[in-house]
Amino acid sequence: MSKQMMLEVTEVEPLTPLVTRFRFEHPEKAPLPIFSGGAHVVVEMPDGEMLRRNAYSLISDPNDASGYEIAVRREETGRGGSRYMHSEVTPGTRMRISVPTNLFALDPRARKHVLIAGGIGITPFLSHLRQLDLLQQPFELHYAARSRDEAAGLKLLPKSARIHVQISDEGNRMDLGEILTDQPIGTHVYVCGPEGLISAVLDAAARHGWPKGALHSEAFASPPPGKPFTVTLAKSGRTIEVSASQSLLEALEAAKVEIDWSCRGGACGRCETKVAACDGQIEHNDHWLSRDERAEQKKIMPCMSRFTGAALVLDL
Amino acid sequence: MPNTSFSPSIESRPTYAGLVPQGSAPSIMIADAEGAEAIMDLAERDAAVLDQAHLIYIPKGAKFGSKLAELGAKGYHEEASLDAAMALINRLLGSAHMGTQLYLAGSEGMMGRVSALALSLGLPLDAIQMEHRGSIGRPMQCVHCKGVTQDVTTDPFTCSHCGLTLFVRDHFSRRLGVFQAVCVDAETPGVVPEIQEITA
Repeated sequence: MSKQMMLEVTEVEPLTPLVTRFRFEHPEKAPLPIFSGGAHVVVEMPDGEMLRRNAYSLISDPNDASGYEIAVRREETGRGGSRYMHSEVTPGTRMRISVPTNLFALDPRARKHVLIAGGIGITPFLSHLRQLDLLQQPFELHYAARSRDEAAGLKLLPKSARIHVQISDEGNRMDLGEILTDQPIGTHVYVCGPEGLISAVLDAAARHGWPKGALHSEAFASPPPGKPFTVTLAKSGRTIEVSASQSLLEALEAAKVEIDWSCRGGACGRCETKVAACDGQIEHNDHWLSRDERAEQKKIMPCMSRFTGAALVLDL
Repeated sequence: MPNTSFSPSIESRPTYAGLVPQGSAPSIMIADAEGAEAIMDLAERDAAVLDQAHLIYIPKGAKFGSKLAELGAKGYHEEASLDAAMALINRLLGSAHMGTQLYLAGSEGMMGRVSALALSLGLPLDAIQMEHRGSIGRPMQCVHCKGVTQDVTTDPFTCSHCGLTLFVRDHFSRRLGVFQAVCVDAETPGVVPEIQEITA
């Protein structure tokens, strides 16, 4: 678990009917650690009995130590984190925030950066753009959103001929084939948004002969709800119930079982846990384990993955 | 003679997976000496790789030129040396687009120098296909004077730039595309181990 700071909410601004911007500052105005474009923080939300921890990309200037800003999309069908942010958090609220971590940094070896965002997936690119401006590196940004209500980035993006916006409600669609054709050598592609967009970009890039090393993606995954299940801890013999709207990691935390974690979105690998026995099927929802590792069912990422079957025993 | 398999060494010692045809795509192929045979094997597996390929060959005394020329690449260029070929390689790589396939076959000196150029242009390492054929002579950089001696086949060897007696190391610089060589008798001047042929 990353080091945390208690920060104060100083601004709450609706960007669209669906998306709100929050600014956090140190209560004594102390400088915060600066970060790099694409970094995220984990925000703790004491929501009744449950302690929620959601990761949000930082959208403010990476070199600005005076505060951190995030943009949160209200997910009506989500597990409640974004609803908590929209309904409970006001200026003056103090919240526990992790120091920034970056799993979606710009590749410093690239000669040009092509950024592709879908919906709320625009957020990491807002800090990338500040860094690219500072580095004076060539880039283009392609931003697709379903509607203007969802397109929170419109308010925060600078006017630039290198920024292309496609609103699908208005009949505009992203042409991935065109974006990925005739890009100069040394171009890297970064994609963030819904799974469908990420796989469409990665598939199109493979068809156009792009090397994997030039492709970077970040999925905004939150743990999917599912059927309740029970896990057993091999070392202590304890059994822990995981409810429908809880992740396995959250259930372990609620039971005071210490697990290392960072991104809570199945990308960083920190919470990887050994499976001592598995009679049933692990629902792997992470981006960390390989296809072979998934099939073996000897490891699980508790931040994202669930289980159905007779018995799951963790090596804890 | 197939792709050379080098004995296990430290992590930085490059290994070469061998060329795998990527179909009819814009391609740059560069081979020297026996590397020609790897290109012929590649074309035999899928002749379509030549449809949009620029093939550059540096014979270094080998006799494969006419066979390579007849393969039917979109462009065939024979150059007297790697130095002479670099201007063309620079131009082709510099104006290439993402999706262009890069195939290198032959000596570690050529593959190291061209892959270093490609990496400096921002191409990731996984975009560079390489197959080692022919001489196991290595490109060695003297860490003292920074000069590079090509096709080193003995250990120790004499730096062709500053004259120091150098120990052949497996430490490879991807940025420079060369192995590192260090003075073998710095602590005991004149006491030099027996010269041996290097092995794969």
